[in-house]
Amino acid sequence: MTVSALRSKDLLGIEPLTPDEITLLLDTAESMRSIADRPIKKVPALRGRLVVNLFFEASTRTRFSFETAEKWLSADSLNFAAKGSSVEKGESLLDTARNLQAMSADLIVIRHGSPGVPHFLAGNLEAGVVNAGDGAHEHPTQALLDALTMRQRFGKLEGLSVVIVGDIAHSRVVRSNIWLLTKMGARVRVCGPPTLLPPRIEEMGVEATADFDAALEGADAVMALRMQLERQGGSLFPSAREYFRRYGLTKERLARAKPHAIVMHPGPMNRGVEIASDVADSDRAVILDQVANGVAVRMAVLYLLLGGRPWEGERGA
Amino acid sequence: MSGAGGGGPLLLRGGRLIDPVSGKDGRLDLLLRDGLVVDVGESLSEEGAEVFDASGLYVFPGFIDLHAHLREPGREYAETIATGLAAAAAGGFTAVCAMPNTDPVNDNRSITEFVRAKGVAANGARLYPIGAITKGQRGEELAEFGELREAGAVAVTDDGKWVANGSVLRRAFEHASLFDLPVVQHAEDMTLSRGAPMHEGAVSTRLGLSGQPGIAETAAVARDLLVAELCRGRLHVAHLSAARSLEIVARGKAKGIAVTCEVTPHHLTLTDEEVARSGFSTRAKMNPPLAEARDLEALATGLADGTIDAIATDHAPHHEDEKAADFNSAPFGVVGLETAAAVIHDRFVVPGRISPSRFAELFSAGPARVFGLPGGTLSPGSPADVTLFDPGARWTVDPPRFLSLGRSTPFAGWELTGAPAATIVGGRVVWRREQ
Repeated sequence: MTVSALRSKDLLGIEPLTPDEITLLLDTAESMRSIADRPIKKVPALRGRLVVNLFFEASTRTRFSFETAEKWLSADSLNFAAKGSSVEKGESLLDTARNLQAMSADLIVIRHGSPGVPHFLAGNLEAGVVNAGDGAHEHPTQALLDALTMRQRFGKLEGLSVVIVGDIAHSRVVRSNIWLLTKMGARVRVCGPPTLLPPRIEEMGVEATADFDAALEGADAVMALRMQLERQGGSLFPSAREYFRRYGLTKERLARAKPHAIVMHPGPMNRGVEIASDVADSDRAVILDQVANGVAVRMAVLYLLLGGRPWEGERGA
Repeated sequence: MSGAGGGGPLLLRGGRLIDPVSGKDGRLDLLLRDGLVVDVGESLSEEGAEVFDASGLYVFPGFIDLHAHLREPGREYAETIATGLAAAAAGGFTAVCAMPNTDPVNDNRSITEFVRAKGVAANGARLYPIGAITKGQRGEELAEFGELREAGAVAVTDDGKWVANGSVLRRAFEHASLFDLPVVQHAEDMTLSRGAPMHEGAVSTRLGLSGQPGIAETAAVARDLLVAELCRGRLHVAHLSAARSLEIVARGKAKGIAVTCEVTPHHLTLTDEEVARSGFSTRAKMNPPLAEARDLEALATGLADGTIDAIATDHAPHHEDEKAADFNSAPFGVVGLETAAAVIHDRFVVPGRISPSRFAELFSAGPARVFGLPGGTLSPGSPADVTLFDPGARWTVDPPRFLSLGRSTPFAGWELTGAPAATIVGGRVVWRREQ
């Protein structure tokens, strides 16, 4: 480990991070994992610190994961969902943020449907800001937990060949993963129907193809994205059936990847749309490892952003 | 706002006078009286005239902005005619054409008269109203162009919205020809742009924002040109931003179609990278959106070779509360009146990409010709509208000091060389730079 702290008070994305910072986050997350194995899952590292979870978009998994991380680190946490809040009464984003500032929040975890909202808050608040997903832009903690999962399986990220398949255009998971994996020396192929491949994605340093079978050749990891046909109003892809036939991850298709290839999914899964049930339930799937790693990664993020030094167990905290 | 009301004769002495129309460029004095240019020459003198020392300054025909949103009536919290015209004067503009997308829309004589009267009462630049093409800017029924013209409108447009219906546009050209009104189009095929908040390209993909492809503009320009050709219409393309659109305008001009175009300072100096660089700042959100380096290069070429007729600001003030929103929901538009001339001077004249004379043309004779406005030259008998510009002034763009009520500009913090020094309208100094 060549750095012992993050440079910024915020985690707005993977794009601004250096490879050393990514390694620090992953190493810290790795050491946080042991907390989950204890009978009493709590350390006092963030006692007396206030973390606000500000979710303008529905989320179960990510919010629960952050909340669990906050509780295990003994932070005080508040949950703010846009529905039923002052936002519904017409309060502006800036006023909401200023109110949170006035409540002395130390860290704000935000999810919003519009790219750049975490950046807007970070520029207007003294509190740290963690991006828990901003539109189709970034979802840094998801990429970190994906990387942690791959690193556990393969020992390293450098040289891995990773395929991401699905709605590339509207996915924040893809963008954060591209930044992270390319910074760490992995090769990334993105694959999806032409209507769901954004223009000039290659300029992010990846290969892009509509041919899923070809994309899978030699892959170490395959990440299937949740297909949200209902969001697309029918004009981007005709039907789930047609999608599954071309882009569903089946056992037959998976055989084109390397024999040890792992299957990942950020959840929640649509079985029979982007992934076949038998693949999702096979020993190749590391989907539940991803969930467990999610808590560890978020603990690492909260801990490091709130000034923690490299984690050496409770005594070091 | 005549010279008579502003006092006696005014003699501008010792400046470098540049008038592209008459071809004059040199150390020449300028005498203004009774609201008109009286004489241009070496070492003029006039008994009783007030003398304005213009040494070290450029003396240009008054700058004219073809495209500004002054928000009144309807959104006086964002800008008023008085604050807009004061801002214009502070930016070196002696005249401003006011867009009709107010509330209510300027689609009839009474609104045009109201806007014009407010302009006359304000102590700043002149105001020329622009009327709507269609009633309520709904793109369906033509407004009464004759009434609008009589009340003072100098052009018609549904700016902010493209007249998508080709037959309506055709009739607009045909009807406008009766009154010699140019038809101004905001070229944007909404079925292609889908109202996306930025330009479509590598940056929009990286940022996860939806993008408008450049052809949303170009396809609209191409269609408009074909309709103009069909019915011999007089088309002016507003805020042209894409290389391909300029290519099509150039071809139209070569074929003899009556087409003109304007570009804005921000489209000449900034790309879509600005959205990323600024961290999603809504100061980089305008429509058409900031495009790419190849578009900038093409526009710069068009500026130098004459394809572009005028620089216009698309001054579009919004309240700070409206712009302090997320990138998707914030309104399009930035202010420009107080920075346009200085930005173009700094980025194009200082490095020698265009001459001071071409600079003057793009801001005065060019726009005057496009809408057939008085001025644009300093020949004797012309209106006494003069822009004095200090090419050596160094300053930093500081939005809180703007006279406009709008503060949102991508040029905030820019250090510029060159600044308007004084603005003379009808022979009267309406604004002077603080020393």
